[in-house]
Amino acid sequence: MASRKTPLVATSWFPLTVGALTFVAIGVIFEILLRTDVLNRYIIPLPSEVLLAFERIVVEEGVLTRTGVSAFEVLTAGLACVIVGVPLGVLLYRFDIVRRALEDWIAALAAAPIVLAFPLFLVLFGRGSTTVIVIAFAYGLAPVVLKTLEGLIETRRVLINVGKSLNMSQTQMFWKILFPSAIPSIFTGIRLSWTFCVIAVIGVEFLVNLGGLGQLINDLAERYDMPGTYAGIGFVILVSVIFFIILEWIEKWLQPAR
Amino acid sequence: MASTGAIAMRVPVSRAVRERRETRNVFYVRAIVALAIVAIWEGISWSGLFFGDVVPSLAKIIPALFKLLVNPAFWANLQITLVEAAASLAIGAIAGIVVGILLGSSRFFGAAFEPYVYYLSPTPRIILFPIMIMWFGVGIASKIALGALSSFFAIALSTAAGMRQIDKVLIRVGRSFRATPWQMATKIYLPAMRLPVLTGIRLGLGNALITALLAETKLSNQGLGFMIMQIYTRFDMPTLYALLIVVFFIAGACNAVIGMIARSTK
Repeated sequence: MASRKTPLVATSWFPLTVGALTFVAIGVIFEILLRTDVLNRYIIPLPSEVLLAFERIVVEEGVLTRTGVSAFEVLTAGLACVIVGVPLGVLLYRFDIVRRALEDWIAALAAAPIVLAFPLFLVLFGRGSTTVIVIAFAYGLAPVVLKTLEGLIETRRVLINVGKSLNMSQTQMFWKILFPSAIPSIFTGIRLSWTFCVIAVIGVEFLVNLGGLGQLINDLAERYDMPGTYAGIGFVILVSVIFFIILEWIEKWLQPAR
Repeated sequence: MASTGAIAMRVPVSRAVRERRETRNVFYVRAIVALAIVAIWEGISWSGLFFGDVVPSLAKIIPALFKLLVNPAFWANLQITLVEAAASLAIGAIAGIVVGILLGSSRFFGAAFEPYVYYLSPTPRIILFPIMIMWFGVGIASKIALGALSSFFAIALSTAAGMRQIDKVLIRVGRSFRATPWQMATKIYLPAMRLPVLTGIRLGLGNALITALLAETKLSNQGLGFMIMQIYTRFDMPTLYALLIVVFFIAGACNAVIGMIARSTK
């Protein structure tokens, strides 16, 4: 009996390869249009030059050190969000009246354009890493608080009943039942929060010309190094995407088996 | 006697009374928190912990707010920013809905291109501003382009997700009537997925507004972002606080309006 083969389009690798090849094809088309002067090479650099510029920005522009600076700022702000956000979420869960009063305010904070207040933070904390970290912290705090609260509220009734039937104390109930059950949701909050931190750190670095990867792009653009600017932007996007994939992978790993 | 007292304490209150009490308590907690914030703010302001005027007293911020609201320059700049945000949203929404329908309607397209859209969506878009300046100049066009790009991702992803949750029966009904692709889009797909699309538009508007404002702070000669930088360079802190309050209020109001539209279409 002949085995049934999966059609090519239904495999997982074929569509992804087609997607990647489409981007390669777009690059080739741009290369041709630029080399034949249909598009202006002063505005859009040759894709081949951009690829070559990757090596240059790594060797000459200290990209790895800059990545380290940005990563330090993201991780510091991110950890601060966890250290402050998780207990705040627990507090809101513990005191229902406080939750009802403040949950909407915290949700509004999550949607507020906090990064726009960077001039204010510059005045308050000076031109340095502290300002970047504080802005990223303020931007990334709300998701951790809200998702911690959500995780605790959505603890399955049966688990709480098991805890009660074992005569657990409030502390035992929290550490053995509520908190472990809320971990997947808390990590979803951490993933969102750290994503916000990346956006805030690189954005502020770019806007105020300060620190790591954001400043690199600003520098290259001000020098009118077009291949370098494109390569720098490509590098930042690549680093961000790898970071998001790692966070998402951890989040999936923490999800309970279904 | 004691037992009688205990029984008297347990007299059940009606649900309406309980809800009224809880609403009152929520109000009290909010008032206490708001007062605490104001007290801490004023305390810092008077303590001299920061240099003079860095944390101005509310007695300075409130008059600055009124002065700002009667300043014609504020309204002119607000108009520019709103035009940028609206144009960004219109372009981003049209592109996002078209791409979202393509990604959501074909399993192959979704598998081939959606991962790229998904992983690019949370990257910091402001870093693309130098490219937008090169392509569209230093005027409002570059801010609109960047804002459109920012709103595109959220709208495309929400639309694609919305497409996949449309009831298959509706699609079969459309096909059995031999609806054209345009009719399918306008009569079946869009009405059936209005909620996810509106959610995408709400997120997209927020993104477009913030990105346009941030781009204005970087390089422009008009708009509220430009005004923020002007005030910052003058070190006029009460007006800076006042303007940021107004901008936060506008962002919140835009969010609330689209949220209300989404709720009313349910």
